[in-house]
Amino acid sequence: MATAKTATTTASRAAAKPSTRLDVPKTYKLFIGGAFPRSESGRVTEVTDARGRFVANVAKASRKDAREAVRAARKAQPGWAGATAYNRGQVLYRVAEVLEGRKAQFVDELQKTEGLTAARAAKQVEAAIDLWVWHAGWTDKIAQIGGNANPVAGPYFNLSVPEPTGVVAIVAPQAQSLLGLTSVVAPALVTGNTVVVVPGGAGLSAISLGEVLATSDLPGGVVNILPGDAAELAPWLAGHADVNALDLTGAGELDWVELEQLAADTLKRVIRPVAGPAPETPQRILALTETKTVWHTKSRL
Amino acid sequence: MTFLDYAPAPESTSILDLRQEYGLFIGGEWRPGGGTSFASVSPSTERQIATFASADEGDVDAAVAAARTAYRQTWGPMSGRDRGKYLFRIARILQERARELAVAESLDNGKPIKETRDADIPLVAQWFFHCAGWADKLDWVGLGADPQPHGVAAQVIPWNFPLLMLSWKVAPALAAGNTVVLKPAETTPLTAMLFAEICEQAGLPAGVVNLITGAGETGAALVRHPDVDKVAFTGSTAVGREIAKALAGTEKKLTLELGGKGANIVFDDAPLDQAIEGIVNGIFFNQGQVCCAGSRLLVQESIHDAVMDRLKERMSTLRLGDPLDKNTDVGAINSTEQLERITRLVDAGIAEGGEAWSPACELPKEGYWFAPTVVTGVEASSTIAREEIFGPVLSVLTFRTPDEAIAKANNTPYGLSAGIWSDKGSRVLAVADKLRAGVVWTNTFNKFDPASPFGGYKESGYGREGGRQGMQAYLKGGN
Amino acid sequence: MTTPSQALAPAQRAVQLLGGDLSEVALRQHLEGLPTVDAVGLEARAASFGTRSIKTTSKAAALDTAIRMIDLTTLQGADTRGKVRSLVAKALVPDASDPSTPRPAAVCVYGDMVGNAVEALGSAWSAGKDDGINVAAVATAFPAGRASIAVKLQDTRDAVAAGADEIDMVIDRGAFLEGNYGKVFDEIVQTKEACRRDDGTFAHLKVILETGELVTYDNVRRASWLSILAGGDFIKTSTGKVQPAATLPVTTLMLQVVRDWERLTGERIGVKPAGGISTSKDAIKYLVAVAETCGEAWLDPHLFRFGASSLLNDVLLQRQKLTTGRYSGPDYVTID
Repeated sequence: MATAKTATTTASRAAAKPSTRLDVPKTYKLFIGGAFPRSESGRVTEVTDARGRFVANVAKASRKDAREAVRAARKAQPGWAGATAYNRGQVLYRVAEVLEGRKAQFVDELQKTEGLTAARAAKQVEAAIDLWVWHAGWTDKIAQIGGNANPVAGPYFNLSVPEPTGVVAIVAPQAQSLLGLTSVVAPALVTGNTVVVVPGGAGLSAISLGEVLATSDLPGGVVNILPGDAAELAPWLAGHADVNALDLTGAGELDWVELEQLAADTLKRVIRPVAGPAPETPQRILALTETKTVWHTKSRL
Repeated sequence: MTFLDYAPAPESTSILDLRQEYGLFIGGEWRPGGGTSFASVSPSTERQIATFASADEGDVDAAVAAARTAYRQTWGPMSGRDRGKYLFRIARILQERARELAVAESLDNGKPIKETRDADIPLVAQWFFHCAGWADKLDWVGLGADPQPHGVAAQVIPWNFPLLMLSWKVAPALAAGNTVVLKPAETTPLTAMLFAEICEQAGLPAGVVNLITGAGETGAALVRHPDVDKVAFTGSTAVGREIAKALAGTEKKLTLELGGKGANIVFDDAPLDQAIEGIVNGIFFNQGQVCCAGSRLLVQESIHDAVMDRLKERMSTLRLGDPLDKNTDVGAINSTEQLERITRLVDAGIAEGGEAWSPACELPKEGYWFAPTVVTGVEASSTIAREEIFGPVLSVLTFRTPDEAIAKANNTPYGLSAGIWSDKGSRVLAVADKLRAGVVWTNTFNKFDPASPFGGYKESGYGREGGRQGMQAYLKGGN
Repeated sequence: MTTPSQALAPAQRAVQLLGGDLSEVALRQHLEGLPTVDAVGLEARAASFGTRSIKTTSKAAALDTAIRMIDLTTLQGADTRGKVRSLVAKALVPDASDPSTPRPAAVCVYGDMVGNAVEALGSAWSAGKDDGINVAAVATAFPAGRASIAVKLQDTRDAVAAGADEIDMVIDRGAFLEGNYGKVFDEIVQTKEACRRDDGTFAHLKVILETGELVTYDNVRRASWLSILAGGDFIKTSTGKVQPAATLPVTTLMLQVVRDWERLTGERIGVKPAGGISTSKDAIKYLVAVAETCGEAWLDPHLFRFGASSLLNDVLLQRQKLTTGRYSGPDYVTID
């Protein structure tokens, strides 16, 4: 969250680390197309902890960053959807593995930005890790749940399968930012969608998650993370003709009716806001799919 | 007279026992509408069939209230098994009255009797039969145990398959436990009125199905009604978009079945004679007034000439004329407005350099007619390759490689249907994977079945009709 | 099996189409390059012919056309001179109650009965001319075709010498299913040669594919094309001794082949479904298939025949119904 800059930033940073070594703070940028660029707008959001101490200047995405993110997501989509379900599952599981290894960092960030105790922060990180694992296991099963062979009245082989809807723009939940982000991004990825997401919270754990994703064999552009002002960015995403679905899970505080109307211009699939993280259900995964039904003639002759 | 001129074989209309005027069917009773009544004419003769009441906002209120009452008092509390038995009854009565319904549909819509007799009406009965069986098996539609109906469903349907679209809407809605208010299209209300009679014969409780006739405003009032829980619309993308906007921010659930610009891809190893039949069926079935029509022929360059020769020869055997003649292949265009739209778009296609060809065929003097037409020299950027014409007009494009075929097929804001013609199974499956369309027909086209989910990607709408997925659209929750 | 190096017997049509290299390999590549058939689509198309509603004047025309296309057939081991005389008598006067009734195109008998048929026909015998009734003979060790080529050719020559206007030969299905297309081709070419009369004219050659043994539609298309390449004047579905015999989808496919052949060469080949077509209703479906696939030019006994025996009387019953307005009965048509 952005607050007024204080005069004590350097001092407070030093106070947090009572070691003699001067630590190296991270620059929190955007995550677009597998890279970590600054916002083209040059803007940042200053993030402070619960006591008002400086934590970081997080890059603040602009509409042009959103445009680039959609472009990157579209470019990456056929490849991600074309990967085998087994492969997607392994990548998502790898996300959990890498996240587990960097747990301390996420705990630290959540403590600073969400004012959590170490225990509460750890609980959220662990829940997020487990949610990645849960979704990793779905990639090669969801088509069996969401698809079917159809006994049509004629000599035809007829099969329905859920396929990714394409590029999904997401407004992630504000609360429990890491878990909320995972709850909306992971289900979209399971079937092969690519994502442009405006994370909730301060954006620190979102960008750190971006680093995890970037080192988990997830192809560049599959997930694009745009820390910034959701109210500013969401209309551009909702109105973008190359976005296929709009997930408003975390948009409850925004004028989401207007966003839904913008989405209607190109008949985007819309998920309406819910309180808290998205529910952990296969329906949630299937909500971002298209049932494709293929008929083929069937004959011995 | 040559043999191929086939002597007239008209289906008799004596099986029909129509009223001169039809009211609104609300709460199990017929009542006049608050708006000005309108006539439906037969598109092939321009003669009036009957007049129909026009529902105003008060009528919409009454219909929704009747549906709400039935939902609370009879249909909602009823066991799934009994709901199913009502739907089975309806399916049987539809079969019993199939010939009458086929004649009425052909008369009102202008489509050939052979289509209403062999496709529309049999599918209507099959749809009810299929959904009837779901009514007591909702735990298995995939939403978890004990899913619940939404409540009152508002349904607005188009004129191209009047009774079939009614069945796609009403049957799953009722099976799931919703009650419905349905508005048929203004130019084709007749078979919906006959369906009201069938509901009466089946003893369906009052208010479970309410049928209100009227124009666009009636439909607009219906889908926006505050006491409606679920909206299902089939029609144009433009209207679908308006409905999506109107419902934004509400609790209403929405499914949309909208336009399309289907690609029919013919590879050089296609079973050629069957591909020609598929192309013809894809674009001339129901005069091309089909959202999933194969209106863009994508043919591999190496066989373009062979395909066009055969296609033109085949088109020359299509018989256009009296929809009630059992040998008619191509009937009348549904309305003068639609005819104007088709004419305008084809003119635009020719102005942009397309070359239009139609077989020699005499158009009747009365009624609305458009000869089967194929336009060659069409590019991906041409108006007629992009806009939905909704008429018997095929645009022909070529491709060189499978990737180019896929790219061209997907190069549209729509995503409803596609066809693939090839003898190579592995290629067929790979291309089907890449096509962004809800229904892909391989070595066939325009096949429908209640067990087979149907619906689009992108601006062709969302939600599916048919099968398990179709049932899900009328249910929520589940544990 | 013919070795690829072995030159196939010359056949002008094949030489024109394949060039001078009439090898087994060239023949195989040519046949396997033909468009494939999707069975479901073909059967749907064939079924659509059956939904045509042929009424009143069209029906009357169709019934007469059907009679004119019949090869009135008896192919029994028990055939006698008396039986053949009776068959011929029926062909000469199909319906004594209506002299306007047309006559069938031909009578079709075993080769040893050709002389009897010719004699019984008397002046009504066409003797190769356009008016009159033809005598068709099945030959080449009909129906199985399991004999030496010498026997098959002698069988053919005997029938031609006895006066047969048309020879209905069978292909070697075994060779075809072995992929030995060259052998099938050779036998047709040689049988064609055996159809030559002393005056240099030829008896018309109908090539029976026995589609019920070829089974798949792709096989039927290849065998049809092969038969035409080798010089067949007609392609015929069946011997009538194997089930299924003629079907509407198979006949539709063969009609598509002759339509394609005409497109390619300008030459018109005939089609003869045989076996199992016994009602007017069925016959009319075939006529619709002919007209809508090949055009009305094919509604001609030179280009389309029904191989049938009981069909004639059913057509006559329908014809009587159209004339009198009342349904007739089997006692009002004569048996052969």
